[in-house]
Amino acid sequence: MGSIRLESVRKVFGDAEVIPGVDLKINDGEFIVFVGPSGCGKSTLLRLIAGLEDLTGGKVLIDDKDVTGNAPAKRRLAMVFQSYALYPHMSVFNNIAFPLKMAEMEKTAIDKKVRDAADTLNLTDYLHRKPGQLSGGQRQRVAIGRAIVREPVAFLFDEPLSNLDAALRVNMRHEISQLHHQLNTTMIYVTHDQVEAMTLADRIVVLNEGRVEQFGSPLQLYQKPSNRFVAGFIGSPMMNFIEGPTAAEHDAHTIGVRPEHIIVSKKKGTWSGVVTIAEHLGADTFLRVECGAIGTITARASGEFTVGYGDTVFLTPDSKKTYRFDKNGRTIGHRPQQADTTGNQKTP
Amino acid sequence: MARAMGLRRRIGFTFLAWGIGLIVFFPIFWMLLTSFKTEGDAIASPPLLFYAATIENYLEVLARSNYFKHFMNSVIIAGGSTILALIVAIPAAWSMAFSPTKQTKNILMWMLSTKMLPPVGVLVPIYLLFLQWGLLDTKFGLTIILMLINLPIVIWMLYTYFKEIPGEILEASRMDGAVLWKEIIYVLLPMAVPGIASTMLLNVILAWNEAFWTLNLTAANAAPLTAFIAAFSSPEGLFWAKLSAASTMAIAPILILGWFSQRQLVRGLTFGAVK
Repeated sequence: MGSIRLESVRKVFGDAEVIPGVDLKINDGEFIVFVGPSGCGKSTLLRLIAGLEDLTGGKVLIDDKDVTGNAPAKRRLAMVFQSYALYPHMSVFNNIAFPLKMAEMEKTAIDKKVRDAADTLNLTDYLHRKPGQLSGGQRQRVAIGRAIVREPVAFLFDEPLSNLDAALRVNMRHEISQLHHQLNTTMIYVTHDQVEAMTLADRIVVLNEGRVEQFGSPLQLYQKPSNRFVAGFIGSPMMNFIEGPTAAEHDAHTIGVRPEHIIVSKKKGTWSGVVTIAEHLGADTFLRVECGAIGTITARASGEFTVGYGDTVFLTPDSKKTYRFDKNGRTIGHRPQQADTTGNQKTP
Repeated sequence: MARAMGLRRRIGFTFLAWGIGLIVFFPIFWMLLTSFKTEGDAIASPPLLFYAATIENYLEVLARSNYFKHFMNSVIIAGGSTILALIVAIPAAWSMAFSPTKQTKNILMWMLSTKMLPPVGVLVPIYLLFLQWGLLDTKFGLTIILMLINLPIVIWMLYTYFKEIPGEILEASRMDGAVLWKEIIYVLLPMAVPGIASTMLLNVILAWNEAFWTLNLTAANAAPLTAFIAAFSSPEGLFWAKLSAASTMAIAPILILGWFSQRQLVRGLTFGAVK
């Protein structure tokens, strides 16, 4: 079991209120991602769950037991740190065995568990090496190995992939996803990378200034963002926001349209503009188009679209997929009427 | 052209460094030279650079006083105060490095400021306290006082080392189930071994050479090598050759220790300043 509940969790550092009050219910076996810009409090929230920071107010419950006052080790959680936090003076074997030694487990049992974990993570050949002699990906695997031998009720990942290069990051992402399916244990994963969030999560918590902006499945967040912040944060490239008379035509303070929901044409369209940047990626073409009073719009054309700097193009936003926001950034209604209540929330 | 300038500068700096080195080393060299002279040669004017060497001074110094007793006193006092200082300083530095409060910086500065106080200012109160507690001329008393006077430096050095250790590693050990003392013994200390070693070395050297308190608070029983040197300086007028022999014997152990650990010492003293 590994359900985690946060009740009015608050954290204040000196005069700064980092987490004003968060309520969250995470089900057993779920893969939850905390995502948000840097400084939004996502790592702090994770550290509060881990017990590495003391709460200013509220409660943390694991499997319905209040663990607010418990030391980190007493919470039966395992954590993988951004810097891996391996013990540099210990071999890979001893790094993985450390939590078991601390639990005063028998030597033969430790040996078996460490070897099993090493086997799962392809580390068997490296057991006698020191962390300094390993590559970034291998170090990350040792950190994961150290977490899984404890058989925790939940895993906490604090931006575990941000020190890896792009190719390795994709690999490790797949490995973590596979691990989640194998172990079926609750995982909470912190990242600022929305692609990681969208691909890994069962449900995503979008945080901003310590507040939960929205909590839902990746597609829910993409299709039904509850406010302008979530709409802008989820999706790449970012959603275009247009204010002024164009928004007023839609009875909104701001309207938002994603680059992939704009039809690009060389002949006709709703808005016309001049191309300032054209990125030809082969599969897609991304254009930055200066549209006068409307502003600069990013648009995606599928496949190759042959235009260059200074060319005039026409853009037509898909009116069914145009979002409307009020003065405070809240979403007005939900224009896009896609069925998203089924299928997108992967229940464990 | 630039190369030639660089070369000339390098030669200049080499000469300068050697020059300063020789000036610093000269008194020790002269002391060594004098210790092998007869008393007559030792006071000859102009000073003799070439003479018939003799070990007579060493034999007489050994015969007239108990060198080994003073040597052992020095070992016990310097070693004991260092170990004691580490036992106090490791937890102190741990808490300041990994769990700082608003006052941590002030406490560190306050501790350092005690080193700026002239020791003679507190000599009388400390002497009276020692008298009352029966600590005068005891190794225990000296160990305590030397531990206390060097404690600020030991804490500062360890604090600087501990600051270099990523806090996440200690947090990882906490997540892995280590209680505080296991975290310190199994994770922090092994990672800080180089820092602790150079702190120990420096403290041993400081304690070994300390002369103010060791001279003022001891008589015969607990007197370390500093008192042994002082004993040759006055009673029967100045006997330069014997004084030099006694001094050489007193500083030789620490000089040898320093020589073999100079890499460690240089690293220790420049740690944090040069990364």
